[in-house]
Amino acid sequence: MQYATNQYEGMIAETIVIPGHNGDPIGAYVARPLGPGPFPAIVVIHHMPGWDEWYREVTRKFAHHGYIAISPNLYHRAGHGIPEDIAVQVRAAGGVPDAQVVGDVAGALAYAVAQPTCTGKVAVFGTCSGARHAYLAACRAPGFAAIINCWGGRVTMDPQELSPNQPVAPVDYTNNLACPVLGIFGEEDSGPTLPQVALLEQALIAHGKTYEFHMYPDAGHGFFYYDRPAYRQTQAMEGWKNIWAFLAKYVG
Amino acid sequence: MIATQIKVAGSGKAGNGWFTLGEANVSYDHPFEAPFEHALSLDFVNEALGPSARVSVELDVVSARQLVATINAILAQADHGGFIVE
Repeated sequence: MQYATNQYEGMIAETIVIPGHNGDPIGAYVARPLGPGPFPAIVVIHHMPGWDEWYREVTRKFAHHGYIAISPNLYHRAGHGIPEDIAVQVRAAGGVPDAQVVGDVAGALAYAVAQPTCTGKVAVFGTCSGARHAYLAACRAPGFAAIINCWGGRVTMDPQELSPNQPVAPVDYTNNLACPVLGIFGEEDSGPTLPQVALLEQALIAHGKTYEFHMYPDAGHGFFYYDRPAYRQTQAMEGWKNIWAFLAKYVG
Repeated sequence: MIATQIKVAGSGKAGNGWFTLGEANVSYDHPFEAPFEHALSLDFVNEALGPSARVSVELDVVSARQLVATINAILAQADHGGFIVE
């Protein structure tokens, strides 16, 4: 979406507190277009490095494109400080428990749907571990209209990768998935690898799910991150185009 | 995510000066800063002092293996000289 130069545009972006898993208060960053709407919505799930600046920017990017965007802080219970320091604590603890993530994302979904300017249609977006969490939540928290999985690692998992915090591979919940999936991947990624993406695709086919995968050449893990050497400008721009088209088709 | 935590005794120096170490987090994961897809990260922390009590390094695999070998060699040398009393 591009605004005409004489078109009104405005958004509000702020941190709020929402009920997460078990009703626990957790932080969330919300960016939403001003005006009556109605606007579709998207839950934006941060990656392993935490609830950081890139995720603030992406949340606002979705709002700029006409979505009520909400990014919950999945690391809220680990305490507060700069995102990187909190992420290190969470990593040392073996990551956040999957069940807790599902509850937190469901809380963000409920917040979005309850907004008076929301159409009621809500997508979920994530990158890296956030994409794994997005897939998991879309399977286990009913109500999402679309999922965008950007290079989600460990959506498929070897048995030895399972842990108390991540007891089930998200792909094993695929039968419960009730919305279409957009997959954005890089051919040179070492997690998910090409065979791992193929396994996910096989599961989606086996369960008769609607999906659209885009595999980008000369791109590895995290090729949207402009602040990392992995950034690939051409592939990233193409990826965003595919995201907007997918959202327009399934979410509005 | 491949990560583990051990208890350690010692001191680390961060932006605000020296602090007493409590734990070391060892992981092989996406780095925050180093320009690699994955890195061996060492985070020396003291969780009792809060998340900012942290000294962090992110190494490529060759450097990490060299570091392990060097630490072992240095400790062996010190042991051989009779300097280590445990």
